Amino acid sequence: MKMTIMTLLRAGALAALAAGATGCSAITPVQAWEKGTLAKPEMLMEGDGLETRFNEHIYASREAASGGSGVGGGGCGCN
Amino acid sequence: MNNFKRNTRALAASLVLALLAVPASALEAGKPAPAFDLAGPDGAVKLDKYAGKVVYVDFWASWCGPCRQSFPWMNDMQAKYGAQGLQIVGVNVDAKVEDARAFLAGTPAKFAIGFDPAGATPRSYGIKGMPSSVLIGADGKVLFEHSGFKAADREELETKIKAALGAKK
Repeated sequence: MKMTIMTLLRAGALAALAAGATGCSAITPVQAWEKGTLAKPEMLMEGDGLETRFNEHIYASREAASGGSGVGGGGCGCN
Repeated sequence: MNNFKRNTRALAASLVLALLAVPASALEAGKPAPAFDLAGPDGAVKLDKYAGKVVYVDFWASWCGPCRQSFPWMNDMQAKYGAQGLQIVGVNVDAKVEDARAFLAGTPAKFAIGFDPAGATPRSYGIKGMPSSVLIGADGKVLFEHSGFKAADREELETKIKAALGAKK
């Protein structure tokens, strides 16, 4: 019984080590052609399109910068 | 103890596999274009079948706005240069093929269409954006890769297609 617990613990420690060693390489970035789900309107942080446009307009005019409110590389264009 | 060894071996194997996962790399001009063989609405679409033609491969999806805008232009190009040896192939990358079919019902394509729900073709072509297009010369080698589609791109793309068809003769 003790043996199995030790074995489990060892295996667990090894698994943790493996996960640590591989780091984020096990998590591959979403590729351009895989962004079908991200492109859905419900994936946006905002609810109302008109309100978003208004907010972005105010933000752009105050900050002299615009954009950056959507999902990075929402599946279209060049990024 | 034997279990422990087996666990260790499995872990080591998965670790190696995780480290081997390579990101998709972009195509280089002058290299042979990766082959593909896909099912389409009008039968199989194979790159080998178009050997000797200038092939314009376009990666598109139903969820991609610029793709919708590129379809009428691609229909025009196929109609205009098809006789001179241009073949446009639209590779669909939708995870659900029925989404692609619904898109095609509203946006007709007058060129070859292939479905690739697994995304093996865009991976082998290493595309970076949607839509992406790759022009393949009559010799089967990649001429250039283009990412995105805007109305302003049309002229330049047509010029490149014309140049590729001119080089073919």
